[in-house]
Amino acid sequence: MNFLIQASYFAAAVLFILGLKRMASPRTAASGIRWAGAGMVVAVLATFFYPDLHNVGLMVVGIVLGGGLAWASGKRVAMTDMPQMVALYNGMGGGAAGAIAAVELYSGNAVAHGTGIAALAVLGGVIGAVSFSGSGIAFAKLQGWMRKAWSMPMHHIINGIVFVFVVLIGIGLMTAEQPSPFWISVFFLLSLFLGLTITTPIGGADMPVVISLYNALTGLAVGFEGFVLGNAAMIIAGTVVGAAGSLLTLLMAKAMNRSLANVLFSGFGADDGTESDGPSGTMTSVEASDAAITMSYAAKVIIVPGYGMAVAQAQHKLWEFVQMLTKADVEVKFAIHPVAGRMPGHMNVLLAEAGVPYDMIFDLDEINEEFAQADAALVIGANDVVNPAARTNESSPIYGMPILNVDHAREVFVIKRGKGTGFSGVENELFFGENTQMVFGDAKDVCSGMVTGLKEL
Amino acid sequence: MTPELALTGFVALYIFMLAAFTGYEIIGKVPAILHTPLMSGSNFVHGIVLVGAMVALGHAESITGQVIGFIGVVLAAGNAVGGYVVTERMLEMFKSSKD
Repeated sequence: MNFLIQASYFAAAVLFILGLKRMASPRTAASGIRWAGAGMVVAVLATFFYPDLHNVGLMVVGIVLGGGLAWASGKRVAMTDMPQMVALYNGMGGGAAGAIAAVELYSGNAVAHGTGIAALAVLGGVIGAVSFSGSGIAFAKLQGWMRKAWSMPMHHIINGIVFVFVVLIGIGLMTAEQPSPFWISVFFLLSLFLGLTITTPIGGADMPVVISLYNALTGLAVGFEGFVLGNAAMIIAGTVVGAAGSLLTLLMAKAMNRSLANVLFSGFGADDGTESDGPSGTMTSVEASDAAITMSYAAKVIIVPGYGMAVAQAQHKLWEFVQMLTKADVEVKFAIHPVAGRMPGHMNVLLAEAGVPYDMIFDLDEINEEFAQADAALVIGANDVVNPAARTNESSPIYGMPILNVDHAREVFVIKRGKGTGFSGVENELFFGENTQMVFGDAKDVCSGMVTGLKEL
Repeated sequence: MTPELALTGFVALYIFMLAAFTGYEIIGKVPAILHTPLMSGSNFVHGIVLVGAMVALGHAESITGQVIGFIGVVLAAGNAVGGYVVTERMLEMFKSSKD
């Protein structure tokens, strides 16, 4: 029976890696998740045949309960809200890894296997607990339950002290002959607290990076607990995710031209945006139908979507408008900034939902030179990622971040709800540019207006 | 823990190292349009923690262990199932204009 279990875990590991590999190319991506899913089913079924397994009834109840709730919520959630759902499910995984660590520490199993295993149990426990509570905060922020960045007085100092305590208690737990339940409880409570306080001061604009980081951390915690349980499937799957997720996190931080430490500890994107030396001048505004008609006579239009499009659910109307432009022989391309939206690739998912083929969608590096040849650029609900201050204004907090050079297009139309600043709280000089025209209003209403404008032409 | 299922130190360390390189290689060549689905997909893959939570609950003897183990199984099942559902929904939508 042990052979069968091991063979199943081996098959699961192979399916996970092949599945992830297939998910890395748009053509095979949909089959990739099914391969990985098959691996999961095989591994879970095999685990029921584990030797000396008790509480099987409880186990089935737990799987049905947790799985059922997740199934129902996952099926129902709107595409716009995907980022917070990923954060939520990821936090659950981190919590599970923390729970395994707690069970193995309370029972004394972890310590019985030597200091090395105990150390991994402790390490996986703290990482899992931080990922659990931190992802919870990320979920609350993106869901709009928690709008303000929050920090205590002397926030970093308190965090530092708690961190030192966690490390000291952790060392105590792994070296003790039989760690006391009291200190194990304190250890986990402090770890959960740390996850909360690390995440609360981080602004919503940085959440994509944070979710990606917690995803990698959960993977790592799962891998460590895999060592504790001697479970190869957990070690492989957890480590692959830990490494892939770490790289993804660094790529995202790099796309914003910031270091990971800067994202986590600077409190950037948390201030209320009272910049004193912002650009001045007047914005020119234009009706949706006029903007649409101008674009229908262009040879080339590049569209830059941002979170505003997601909030307004404007992707379907936008695609309708784009199809009308294409019919009028306008060349249309979509340009996606790496950190547009609340998750890397968030915009691509929404555009795909509306039916936009992925070969119309381009990355920053691929398309940035083309703005100079475009007759018009249409910015829909994006702000910081098109702010020229990132290129020119050294005192700007976003200075150095690569941006989409929409201001190089002959004409720029910006669809924007109101006159406020973006998520980072920085004024955008693009809006005051000579070749910029603002179309104020909800992104979906404006797109409808543009479609009507072309129909009446 | 049955000895047949346990891994010895260095073998486990080799697995760790090779798995880390594998993860790094997989992400290295991914177009940005798939970053969200892939993050979501890797989120699903660490749902394998369910297997560990089952073992932890299955071997728990004290009430504390059973309660925490049960919570672990519920959370892990949520991770695995939720991760699968949202990833599949996202990837279903990716189409080429040539299709």
